[in-house]
Amino acid sequence: MSITPVHFLGVSVLLFGVGLLVVLTRRNAVAVLMGVELMLNAVNVAFVTFDRVYGPARLDGQLFSLFIITVAAAEAVVGLALILAIYRSRATVAVDELRDLRG
Amino acid sequence: MTDWIYVGSFYAAAAVALLGAFGVLFLRNLFHAGLSLILSFFAVAALFVLLGAEFLAGVQVLIYVGAIAVLILFAVMLTQRLTSRHIKTYTRALVPAVLVALGLAGVAALVMLKLRLPAAAALPAASPLDELAELLLSTYLLPFEVISLLLLGALVGAIVLARKEERR
Repeated sequence: MSITPVHFLGVSVLLFGVGLLVVLTRRNAVAVLMGVELMLNAVNVAFVTFDRVYGPARLDGQLFSLFIITVAAAEAVVGLALILAIYRSRATVAVDELRDLRG
Repeated sequence: MTDWIYVGSFYAAAAVALLGAFGVLFLRNLFHAGLSLILSFFAVAALFVLLGAEFLAGVQVLIYVGAIAVLILFAVMLTQRLTSRHIKTYTRALVPAVLVALGLAGVAALVMLKLRLPAAAALPAASPLDELAELLLSTYLLPFEVISLLLLGALVGAIVLARKEERR
């Protein structure tokens, strides 16, 4: 048997699902950020897979992945800076203890 | 001839990627979870190589493993004492979260089963790096410039946010 694009898409979906579970269930804000990175990685795999499917003539999928990686870096930097600021003022990074804005 | 090598590497890379992801989900020690995340990043880079995107694989290792993962490990070390053990690792939303993730995976699986993809194109003989660069500086010139502004903004924002406030 050989590997088809659907195999890669399957890996992508599983990675995305696990990342989503991490985001929704982990209690530490840094772990939530790790889940977001996993989901972004999964999307990148899907983009590169479709880039491959639609031929070597188009490289748009790879470029999209490149942009996503850049934005992910920016997001991680700002997110971690926010987490550090919250930790300094509250001494906790548990997402279910930070509910001052809850109505 | 080399087909079984390709198939084997695909399954190895996919297994390691998912193993790392599950490590992030299940490891109680956050530092270990971060190391597991690095494992997953490396495996995704291997998947990029298997898809013929060698440049992206290099970028993945440089930026994700080299920058983002190190940043995350720093944040782990700065926000909790490594000796302190969190009693609760998960929020109370465990059951709804599992339902949502399963639902998403189910919908995606249905779509993939219906999908009729054209067969994957053969790998180009030469590396498409020059075409990638050309595309980046012609069709995608505006996003390319905008993203440099975004990076500058993120840089300044992170410094402002993470700076210690001086007492007056």
